[in-house]
Parts: sequence; structure tokens; C-alpha cells
Amino acid sequence: MPKTLEIKDLHVSIESKQILKGVNLKVAQGEIHAVMGPNGSGKSTLANTLMGHPKYKVDSGDILVNGESIVGLPPDQRAKKGLFLAFQYPLEISGVPLAQFLRSAYRSVKGEGQQKTETKGVGGEMISALAFKKKLEEKLKEVDLDPSFTKRYLNEGFSGGEKKRAEILQMAILQPAIAIMDETDSGLDIDAVRRVAEVVSRMAGPEMGVLIITHYQRILDYIKPQFVHIMVDGRIFQSGGPELARVLEEKGYEWTEQQTTSTAN
Amino acid sequence: MATKQTLDIDYTKYNFRDADTSYEYKFDKGLTREVVEHISRIKKEPDWMLQFRLRSYEHFTKRPLPAWGGNLNTLKFDDMLYYASPTEKKSRSWDDVPEYIKQTFDKLGIPEAEKKFLGGVGAQYESEVVYHSLRDDLAKKGVIFTDTDTALREYPELFKKYFSTVIPPEDNKFAALNSAVWSGGSFIYIPEGVSVDVPLQAYFRINIQNMGQFERTLIIADKNSRIHYIEGCTAPIYSTDSLHSAVVEIIAKPGAHVRYTTIQNWSNDVYNLVTKRAYAYANATVEWVDGNLGSKLTMKYPSIYLLGQGAKGEILSVAFAGKGQHQDAGGKVVHLAPYTTSRITSKSVSKDGGRTTYRGLLHVAKGAKGVKSSVRCDALLLDEYSRTDTYPYNEINEDDATTSHEATVGKIGEDQLFYLMSRGLSEQDALSMIVMGFMEPFIKELPMEYAIELNRLIQLEMAGSVG
Ligand SMILES: Nc1ncnc2c1ncn2[C@@H]1O[C@H](COP(=O)(O)OP(=O)(O)OP(=O)(O)O)[C@@H](O)[C@H]1O
Ligand SMILES: [Mg+2]
Repeated sequence: MPKTLEIKDLHVSIESKQILKGVNLKVAQGEIHAVMGPNGSGKSTLANTLMGHPKYKVDSGDILVNGESIVGLPPDQRAKKGLFLAFQYPLEISGVPLAQFLRSAYRSVKGEGQQKTETKGVGGEMISALAFKKKLEEKLKEVDLDPSFTKRYLNEGFSGGEKKRAEILQMAILQPAIAIMDETDSGLDIDAVRRVAEVVSRMAGPEMGVLIITHYQRILDYIKPQFVHIMVDGRIFQSGGPELARVLEEKGYEWTEQQTTSTAN
Repeated sequence: MATKQTLDIDYTKYNFRDADTSYEYKFDKGLTREVVEHISRIKKEPDWMLQFRLRSYEHFTKRPLPAWGGNLNTLKFDDMLYYASPTEKKSRSWDDVPEYIKQTFDKLGIPEAEKKFLGGVGAQYESEVVYHSLRDDLAKKGVIFTDTDTALREYPELFKKYFSTVIPPEDNKFAALNSAVWSGGSFIYIPEGVSVDVPLQAYFRINIQNMGQFERTLIIADKNSRIHYIEGCTAPIYSTDSLHSAVVEIIAKPGAHVRYTTIQNWSNDVYNLVTKRAYAYANATVEWVDGNLGSKLTMKYPSIYLLGQGAKGEILSVAFAGKGQHQDAGGKVVHLAPYTTSRITSKSVSKDGGRTTYRGLLHVAKGAKGVKSSVRCDALLLDEYSRTDTYPYNEINEDDATTSHEATVGKIGEDQLFYLMSRGLSEQDALSMIVMGFMEPFIKELPMEYAIELNRLIQLEMAGSVG
């Protein structure tokens, strides 16, 4: 059974200001969904709410992973259930070397700590320091980051594009079931967009469901979503196939505005 | 006057006492001229040392408590013990060390540490050093590493030449107290041109209730020599206040390089009032690496006097103040010669109402041309009940001095926590990671096992900070 992320009539507010006004969406492992929409329409709000940011309050509706509600779970529990968020604005954590952080994160997500007390190796998730290092080197190459980054502090002093690549590196290491990518392509140069898209496409295979938030057609040319959703004013205004992204590119969001006013009337 | 006492068993880590601890000498509480005389007599000291102790005692009684720093009102000098000795003779080899002391050391992990990279071990158990070993090749090179009492007996000239030349008893009330009742500590002499490439280390413990510990450490690094001394510390927890007042003197001759690393984790009732000072002659380098955890109140400002051209000083300190704790720490650098450089880096973390204070002095004397100095202090507050203050004093008497001072106060942001937790780290692990990252400039200077130990201590301190 493929893992799923299901969003049901989700209403979310920040500081008692309603942002999401009934979002419905279902993503399964192996599927690629793109979410597009004008600035301020609520895309990042959706992403942060899915991951469990404490500032975002779920007023009604539900978020289900494999049929179970995750509303109320802290972010680390959600990560353990296979969710991952590539941040629009990754945070800088001073003094924490990237490699060390990745290993801690890997252990937490894969539950290595718990397995230690049980029979070793049963889950097949235990990994030696050496094996981890190899894996890390391999993934670094894929996202085109120099190995020296592993010693650098998490995102500190990284360029905008390097931060985005590091997010994809983290994703590649943690191997989530469902990855939410919030404007990962913004700030990446043309080659990097292609590289990142390749990594994501390869992972998406049968293993990973993707919810990719973007403003640009370019990354979608490589990642090839099966579904495109347009978010306007806290709602999925329209869903369709990849052609929808091209319509948007041609006509712009003014088109959606005309549509909303006409439907409102 | 000597009494015997049996203490309760409490074997929890970081909070254990020994059963059947019979002490050879223990005095009644409180400090009098007689106690001072008695200490000197038991130790069979030369008369000059007795006179030095008495002079110090007189100064101690006259000197008022400092009007600044932490709250010393609850410190009762009369309730303290001023001397105790667990064994009469000092042991040279591990086999001679009494079993109960070994057990205590086991809990502190000392033998493991020793196996790895020790040049020598000086383990201070109460006031006397009971175990000392020194690698043979170091001894052959003429390195002296012994406890300070032994040094007074076995190297009387060397001892007298340098003892108390950096910190006179009149320096401050606690230096006077230490000078009157000092016992134990390490004495190190590194001959000219000798480089000790493994750190020398000593562990200190306080194990009798209400016992003050007044160790006295003196390091003399002769010309172009090199040494790293490490002092680790874990004290058990007691219900009444106890006092730790050490004096550490370092003399770095021209071209010498001395690093002194301390990590102290006193129990929460200890007053930790320490005077540390170093003289750095031409082109010498002195580095204080100083970590303060635990204690009720710590007042400690390692200082460096840059006495010769080209001398360098570095002070790197971290402080962690939890509930009911005040870490009043910092550093002092006095530039008395031209082209001297210094750097002070202070990192402090406060939580659960804990308080940290940075108190620093930067002095550039007239005639000290081309001085470069930078001071940086960063404070991290983990909640709104905690507090931090910064008191930097600058006395710059030369126009061409290049000095910089940066201070930041930070809180852990919700977004940072969210970011780390979204990668599967629990809230507590995420908090610990941010705190460890904050302390990284300090931690990366520590030998591996100390870094691991500090990591563990911080995790213990952070435990229970969530929920
Ligand atoms: N922490 C916050 N405090 C107050 N308002 C917020 C907060 N976060 C988001 N908002 C508001 O919610 C609305 C939706 O913001 P969101 O970041 O979800 O938009 P977006 O679709 O991701 O936009 P963009 O394309 O610019 O990234 C905006 O009006 C924004 O100002
Ligand atoms: Mg956004």
C-alpha cells in the first residue's frame, strides 16, 4: 500500500487571521503534485501547517497520513511518519556542522535509538558511521555541493542557492515518503534547477510522493508533475494536469482573478 | 582536633558520596589563627610559609567582601571546614590508591581517561593529592608535575622563587583566604625548550560536607616551552553551602605557550570564587579555556598580563546558569607591552531563572603601542525568567590600539526549533543542539573526551527544560 497524505477541508489561521479556507488535496507515494498560486495565497501556510509549525492553528478540517490524523502531533513525530518539508527560507543553525546534524536527523527519523535496545539490524536501518559517510558523499555529488560543506555549520553563510541544495541533500538523506518542497527552485541557477529536479524525479519513482510549490514552469519541465493545483486566496481554485501550468504561464494569475470574480457573481 | 566521620551512601552519578570515609585530619568548622598554624604544622612547612599563611590570614580578616559581583551574603565563613586529608601519605602508583577512592574515580571515568592520553594524573581528593603519575619521558626531560605541597618540600628554591609572585594575598579577599589555608593543587615546571605534547590533567572533587577546597596551582613554563594543562571537575551535591576558592598562577617565560583548560561542574550549593592570573613575557602565549557549569555562585575572571613585546593572550569561556545559579564570569587582559594582542570570547547560557554576568576588563597601558584586542560576548537566554548582564570595562591609554567589542543577547527562535524538529529531532534534542552549537567555539577547543563529557553534562542540564 502506498503511503498517502490527505488534506481535508483544511482551515488554518495565524494570529486569528484566517489564511487557509478549506483546502482539499491528496498525495500518494509516487505521485508528483505541483501547487502554484499568487504571492500571499497561502502556499507556505499550507506547507508549514502540514509539517506542524506551532504558529499555524488548524481551525477545522484534517490532515491524514496513511489514514491517520496528524493534527496536534509535533513536527518530529510527523517527520517520523515520513513527511519532509524543504523550506522556502531555510534557517541557519550556528555551530552545528551539517554532517553531524544530518546524522542526528537520520537517527531520529529512522528510529535508530529505539532499535539499539532491540535486536540490532532487524529494521535494516542501522548504519555505520562509515556507510553514512559514503552515502553522504554520494548525495552531495548529486546536488553538486562540495564535500567541505559537511563541516560547515548548518546553512550558516550558505548562499541562497546553496541553502536550497542543502535542503534537497537533507531530503535525499532522510528519504521521506512524502516531500513538500516550498519554492525550492527560487534562487537556484539554471543548472542547479535541473540537477535538483533530477534528484527529486529519481526519488519520486515509486518511493516518494511530492508536493512541489513553485512559481515557475522551468522546474516542472524536468520534474513533470501529474497534477497541478492553483491556490488562490486560501483555496485550491483549480486542479488539472501539467497543461494547467502552461496555461498559467501564458495567461498569468489575472486569469484566475477574472475566474474568481465571475464565479463569485 | 582530628575527628572521624562516616557519611551516608548515595551512589547516584554526580551525586555520590563514599561509605566508610574516615578522614585522618579534620578540623572543627571555622577559621582562626590556630587553624592556620595547625595546617602549616601538620604539613611540616618551613617557617616562611607559616608566616605567609599568617600574613594572608590577617589580610583576609580585615578585607571586606567585594561590593560587586554576586550575592555573598549567604556565605558563612564560620560554617566551613578549612582542611581535611583522606590519607596521610601520598600514593605514587595506582595500586597504592585506597579502594574507596578508586571507586569514586571509576565513577568519574578517570582510569579510562588516563589510558588514552595522559601525561600525568593528579587527582585531588579533598585537600590532598593522593595519586600522581607522570610519564617517564616527561620526567627525564625535567618536567615537574606534582602536587603543590610536595613541590614545597622537594623543590624549595624553585617554589619560593615563583610562589605568589603573580597573585599576592593582598589581591582580593578570596586570594587571601586561599593563601592562608591552601592545600593541594598542581605544581608544574616545564624546562626551557621542552614541549609537552599531551595534556597534563588533574581532577578535583569535594567530598565532605561543608568543606572548603583551597587548592593552589602554579605553572612555570620556561623559555620556548609548551604545555596544556587540563583541570576537570565534578562535585557531589550537598544540602548546605560549601566553598571552593582556588588560586591559579601561570608564568609563561619568553616564547612559551601555555594553555589551561578547565571544565567545572560544581554542585548547586558551592560558592566557586577563583583567582586565576597569568604573566606572559615577550612572544609568549597564554590561553585560558574556562567552562563553568553548576555552583550556586561562580565569580571567576581569568586574567592575563601581557608583559613583553609580542605576547598573546586568549580567554575563551562558557557559562551555564540553571535554576538558582549565578555565573559571574569573564576575563581581564592587561596590555603592558607594545605589539601585544588579546582576544576574549565569552558564551553564556541561562535557563530556569539562572543568571549570567560577563565582567571584563581591557587595559592598555601608556607606552603599549600597536596593541590589538577583541572582545566578544554572546548570551543565550532560554526563557524569560533568566537574566544576563554585561559589564565591560575599557581603559585604553594609547591612541593606536585597535580594539573591538561585540555583545549579543539571543533567544532560541520558534522557527529554528521548528526547522530542527521537522527533521525528526525531539524538542529537547533540538534545544540541546542549538545550545551546543552556540557553545561550539568553546567545545571545539576541547580534547575529544572532554567535548563528549561536556556534551553529556549539557544534555543533563537541558533535560526537563521541555514540557
Ligand atoms: N507568521 C505570520 N504572521 C502573520 N501573517 C502571516 C504569517 N505567515 C503568513 N502570513 C500571511 O498569510 C498569508 C499567506 O502567506 P503565505 O506565506 O502562505 O503565502 P505564499 O502563498 O507562500 O506566498 P509566496 O508565493 O509569496 O511565498 C499572507 O498574507 C501572509 O502575510
Ligand atoms: Mg511561500
